[in-house]
Amino acid sequence: MMILFYIAGTVAVVSTVGVIVQSNIVHALIYLILSLLAVAVVFFSLGAPFVAVLEAIIYAGAIMVLFLFVIMMLNMGQHTIDQEKTWMAAKDWALPAGLAAILLAQLLYVLRDFQVDIVPNEVGVLEVSALLFGPYVLAVELASILLLAGLVSAYHLAKK
Amino acid sequence: MQSIPIEHGLILAGVLFALGLVGVLTRRNIVFVLMSLEVMLNASGLAFVVASARWGHADGQVMFLMILTLAAAEVAVGLGLIIQMYRKFKTVDIDVLSEMKG
Repeated sequence: MMILFYIAGTVAVVSTVGVIVQSNIVHALIYLILSLLAVAVVFFSLGAPFVAVLEAIIYAGAIMVLFLFVIMMLNMGQHTIDQEKTWMAAKDWALPAGLAAILLAQLLYVLRDFQVDIVPNEVGVLEVSALLFGPYVLAVELASILLLAGLVSAYHLAKK
Repeated sequence: MQSIPIEHGLILAGVLFALGLVGVLTRRNIVFVLMSLEVMLNASGLAFVVASARWGHADGQVMFLMILTLAAAEVAVGLGLIIQMYRKFKTVDIDVLSEMKG
């Protein structure tokens, strides 16, 4: 499990770097799917199989297919790729990347003296659903209303 | 079963979050910005799941389900807006949206 965690974590970081440096948008999307699947493996190695399955089905399956659908619909061709390449000049991304690196360094500084080990014992579907339909039942109802509102507004926004 | 130090999981979440932030700040194509937002939401969900694995509770996983719902709704609305923007301006460059500045 430990080996699985480190390998999947490395794959997730490398493929996320692939997402933010790609100029071809479909390649970036494929990298994003790889990153999400790697995070799903990380969830599995942390003993959360239900969340790992949902990550693979909903994130890497449904949401990414939605992205792919819109990318195909917009039909951005070679000129978009060339445009992306001209936008990726070093002077444009150096300052934001430096600021984000400072933020990350602060995060790592805060985390420096955590000395707790996770022993991944599986917390499966039973425990999660007992919570979902016990104390969190109102949150589930609100989430369903949020999804309905998202559906209606997406329909309204995307129609001609 | 071997144990995983909790800080390694949180460091992974932090690195993914910072990479998503770099993507949001540097890209000018709005579809890339939305994809980087997905990376950031996913990283925060990873932090929740790491914390839930630390305590052996399922609460963090419930929070991840909420983040998943939020991400799905956000992507649906965001992609609808992108389609409208492409119809109106024929481009995905976010700089054309600055026409409201006074």
